[in-house]
Amino acid sequence: MKVFISQETIRSRLQDVLEKECGQKVRQCYQCGKCSAGCPISFEMDYLPNQIIRMIQLGMEKKVLSSRTIWLCASCQVCTARCPREIDIAEIMDFLRRRAYKKQILPKGEIGIPLFNKIFLKNIESFGRLYEMGLIAMFNLLSGKFFKDFSIAPKMFLKQKIGILPPKVKNKNEVKKIFKKSGF
Amino acid sequence: MRYAYYPGCSLHSTAKEYDLSAKEVARSLGIELMEIPDWICCGATPAHITMNLLSIALPVKNLLKAKSMGSYEVVACCAACFNRLKVANAFMETRDEDRRKVEDIVGEPYRGEVKVRHFLDVLANQFGLKNLKEKVARQLTGLKVACYYGCLLTRPKDITGFDDLEEPHLMDDMMKAIGVEPVNWPYKTECCGASFSLSRTDIVLRLSRDILQMASDEGAQAIVVACPLCQSNLDLRQGMVNKKYNTNFNIPILYFTQVLGLALGIEAKKLGFEKHIVSPLSLLKECSRRLNVGYIPTKREP
Repeated sequence: MKVFISQETIRSRLQDVLEKECGQKVRQCYQCGKCSAGCPISFEMDYLPNQIIRMIQLGMEKKVLSSRTIWLCASCQVCTARCPREIDIAEIMDFLRRRAYKKQILPKGEIGIPLFNKIFLKNIESFGRLYEMGLIAMFNLLSGKFFKDFSIAPKMFLKQKIGILPPKVKNKNEVKKIFKKSGF
Repeated sequence: MRYAYYPGCSLHSTAKEYDLSAKEVARSLGIELMEIPDWICCGATPAHITMNLLSIALPVKNLLKAKSMGSYEVVACCAACFNRLKVANAFMETRDEDRRKVEDIVGEPYRGEVKVRHFLDVLANQFGLKNLKEKVARQLTGLKVACYYGCLLTRPKDITGFDDLEEPHLMDDMMKAIGVEPVNWPYKTECCGASFSLSRTDIVLRLSRDILQMASDEGAQAIVVACPLCQSNLDLRQGMVNKKYNTNFNIPILYFTQVLGLALGIEAKKLGFEKHIVSPLSLLKECSRRLNVGYIPTKREP
């Protein structure tokens, strides 16, 4: 499909919201592709980072928010570091994921990553510090991969790298309060 | 030198040897690290991709705890914690409107006044490489390592700001200063896949394979890191990489504090080398045999 860029098409509502909420000037992008060239995960993405930026300019919100790309971004910040237009692309990926989370849009075939995030945060909310054993067990249980990493778990125990019991933190309610007040 | 110390979750679990060796190094150099009492998780990547305010409030809570200890400087060893604490400070310094929302969540005013430094920065720039060199008690000549910085130690520059963005060199400089040879390699700041370790292990294996391959091709006997996520992906998953890609890597992944600790003459058993999955012990033995100083895990040599 050919899409021609004009003054009208380049000012999408999504772009306006994004510019307002995270201060990133998406319309500055001139599609040099440096972000995609440096991206270490691009081989797994359905759209390259520069394509996501173009889709934002064109207002293709639904497609962007349901893409696997936004979840596959590892937040390594190479794109941000190299953008000649000084656009913080990693921050834009964060914005898109937060928006997708709010709208409860999940990417097709990539539910493991949002699931992991949710379990991770629930874990912190409950224990104050990360309880690895709980995180792994819960992730395996909910993702249906019951025996994932079973071969390395005994080594981790023997070397006392992960504990069986949760970490001891006194002020658990303080953490719960932060989560609640943040709207989690 | 006195700092409030924020270990973070990894250094109390999967990266215990980083915590042990950092404390040993600090002790031997007369740097005091006081652990922040009742510190909580910084929220790491899952927080900032889910909720902006939460991802700032969690680090801010920790910085406030440091402030109540009377400390205005915090040291972190985990590159991810370091990054999140710094991001939170920048946010609280610059975004007036949103700052109030975070202050409401944590229940206290805060304007980013507690400074945050990475332990590598403290050692290389505050303590000084020249002073470190003078403290070397054990020559590690002949040991060739690849210094691997990963993502969050140097990026983004206006947040982290203590080393070069594309060509970081502080760990390399430190290794040179203590007599270890850093190899020149192009993968210093590549990504290991970090938090996809559980959710997309296949991605982590591929990225880790590339990093291990490059380090091996350049003749490194070990990879030196400053981030517990990098370490755990390269160490813990190295066996799986070998299995999946039919490779034969046996490269120990050491924390820079462990190598530094050795050079400072600290007993090897205090530096947590037995906790690695890819054991560095034979490399250390080989090293000590070559130097004819006996097995390295002994007392401080003259």
